[in-house]
Amino acid sequence: MAITLTESAARHVANQLASRGKGVGIRVGVTTTGCSGMAYVLEFVDDLDTTNDEVFEDHGIKIVVDPKSLVYINGTEMDFVKVGVNEGFEFKNPNVKGECGCGESFNV
Amino acid sequence: MALLSISEPGESKPTVHAIRKRAVGIDLGTTNSLVATADAGKVQTLCDHKGHCLVPSVVHYSNDGTVMVGDKAVEKGSSDSRNSISSVKRLMGRGFNDVDYDLAYEITENADGGMPIIETSAGSKNPVEVSAEILKVLANRGEEELGGELDGAVITVPAYFDESQRQATKDAARLAGIKVLRLLSEPTAAAVAYGLDRKQEETVIIYDLGGGTFDVSLMRLEQGIFRVLATGGDTALGGDDFDRAIINWIISESGLDEKLSYDRRNAITAVARDAKHALSLDEKTEVSFENWSATLTRDTFNNLIDQLVESTIKACRRVMRDARMDISAITDVVMVGGSTRMPRVRERVAEFFQAEVHTEIDPDQVVAVGAALQADVLAGNKYGDEVLLLDVIPLSLGIETMGGLIEKIIPRNTTIPVSRAQQFTTYKDGQTVMSLHVLQGERELISDCRSLAKFELKGIPPMVAGAAIIEVTFQVDADGLMEVQARELSTGVASSVVIKPSYGLEDKDIEKMITDSFTSAAADKDARALQENRVEAERIIEALENALVEDGNELLDDNEIELLNEGITKLREMITKQDADAIRTGAEALNKASLVFAGRRMDSQIKSALKGHTIEEYD
Repeated sequence: MAITLTESAARHVANQLASRGKGVGIRVGVTTTGCSGMAYVLEFVDDLDTTNDEVFEDHGIKIVVDPKSLVYINGTEMDFVKVGVNEGFEFKNPNVKGECGCGESFNV
Repeated sequence: MALLSISEPGESKPTVHAIRKRAVGIDLGTTNSLVATADAGKVQTLCDHKGHCLVPSVVHYSNDGTVMVGDKAVEKGSSDSRNSISSVKRLMGRGFNDVDYDLAYEITENADGGMPIIETSAGSKNPVEVSAEILKVLANRGEEELGGELDGAVITVPAYFDESQRQATKDAARLAGIKVLRLLSEPTAAAVAYGLDRKQEETVIIYDLGGGTFDVSLMRLEQGIFRVLATGGDTALGGDDFDRAIINWIISESGLDEKLSYDRRNAITAVARDAKHALSLDEKTEVSFENWSATLTRDTFNNLIDQLVESTIKACRRVMRDARMDISAITDVVMVGGSTRMPRVRERVAEFFQAEVHTEIDPDQVVAVGAALQADVLAGNKYGDEVLLLDVIPLSLGIETMGGLIEKIIPRNTTIPVSRAQQFTTYKDGQTVMSLHVLQGERELISDCRSLAKFELKGIPPMVAGAAIIEVTFQVDADGLMEVQARELSTGVASSVVIKPSYGLEDKDIEKMITDSFTSAAADKDARALQENRVEAERIIEALENALVEDGNELLDDNEIELLNEGITKLREMITKQDADAIRTGAEALNKASLVFAGRRMDSQIKSALKGHTIEEYD
């Protein structure tokens, strides 16, 4: 299993890394919060440290995940979508059993 | 599913939000404008460094091309009123000929289309350009507050604004570089501001007496959703008119010459406005202009303005009638607009509706507050309890049919967005082009309605009259802008028009159009019947004449032909007269007389179609 990106997500990550001027990839993880238990974390990665983290690569983008988070999000595909004037990344996570109405948090 | 953005390392918040969109609500008023922004339901009206939130809707053009907006433009205006443009909202989307009141600046007619052009020493400016200057200032304020380029804005317009006025407002926003999320009607914004969506079931009147426009809207709140049941008002009544009442009083009391210079008129307007404001708090005030001065009491003032106030009450009564609703159904009245500070106005409104009158939120800010809340939702910053808003179209929309009649496709007060289709057919044999004329109004004859657009559907396959089916679709989006499409169903050929009405059309007062439709309902009905019967009679004559040319000599004897020709002549004569019933009976008689002929034609056509074939071929 792995974390994957859609082509559009990869393009946007690459663009954002380029305009930011530094960074080697992105970190995807989860944190406990919200009405339904967990929320996603999405950050830039500046230093690659493979001692603890798993590193995946898709469409040329390095995706860093800590092992604790991986069990909750393994198999997730990350997409970039536009809804009206609103745009951003969306996670298609096969582990999710329930989401809160707003989609900010989920449980497994 | 919430949308995420990538954060800096270690900066992820526990709840990951999408990038916050920078959205503002703009109340683009006749006298004053205002911008506000909302974050999670908390609204902030944006002020300048002096703490002034209201931006006077005044634009000043200098010789050197400098443009000033707001307070600075007002200051300049006292000495240079010809280059200080105020109340430009009244000119938006209107024709030169619609301007039948005094302005402190000069306007001329645009060469192509009758749009009013304002002559300033910095050159000719149109109302859209002037409005854009005001919008730019408001947008700048929003950008400074939110720290970056705006993602969008909700701009409010009076509920009564027609399509061309809405389009002009959108054009101004585009010119100012603002992305319009939506045009929102002012009363709807006021209801959002008061958070009335959180109540269960309410029937509310929004009474909005602003600087230049008066709107009254009847709204129903059901399960947190607003529905505008009916709207009414007057696009040319507001605080300016109350000022004028005082100006006229000053002129008559002081014996001044009515023909004042631009600058003196501006000065006297300022005096009148100050007096009006003072009388909202005090029982009397000193009024002085040049060497003259006198005391104006609230009683005298009330007498001066009673007629104006009564005309607003009349509009309220009409809205209640439109909605077929009793006054006792009204639970709340929301007051909007600076002019509702006048005690007389509050008194009369409370008296008429016998309900509590809300004035808690600053009546000058309430519309911008609602617009900001709506902008926040539309930009996608709020994911939860989103507010759905339903607006209505102010005047019926329809299409011209034969005989100069209007066929209404979408009736007045229909909630938008809406899409309606109706089928029409060709009038003549072999007709390949249909011209469509889109109109707005309540009357039956097109001459009494407002023309919005004309376009043609070409490429209809030649068929006998009445065989082609043309579907005409009217689609009005959430902003009240309309697309009309005509499509011939067998081939799919289509033609459409997006209504971007030319600004110079004779834009009769909407309210007058509606009242006229009531007073002339009976006459309109007769006129429609007469025209319909005429069209039908002409259609029968034409069909019969064509048939006579084709098959007359072959299938009829001389006597029969003469009888039919006589019938045609008689019917033609009737058409020129005004008797609708006589035309109908005449047309029916001619139709009956030609039945035998029609039967023979049918037989002969079947015979010729079968000629040369054996019966076996048709098994």
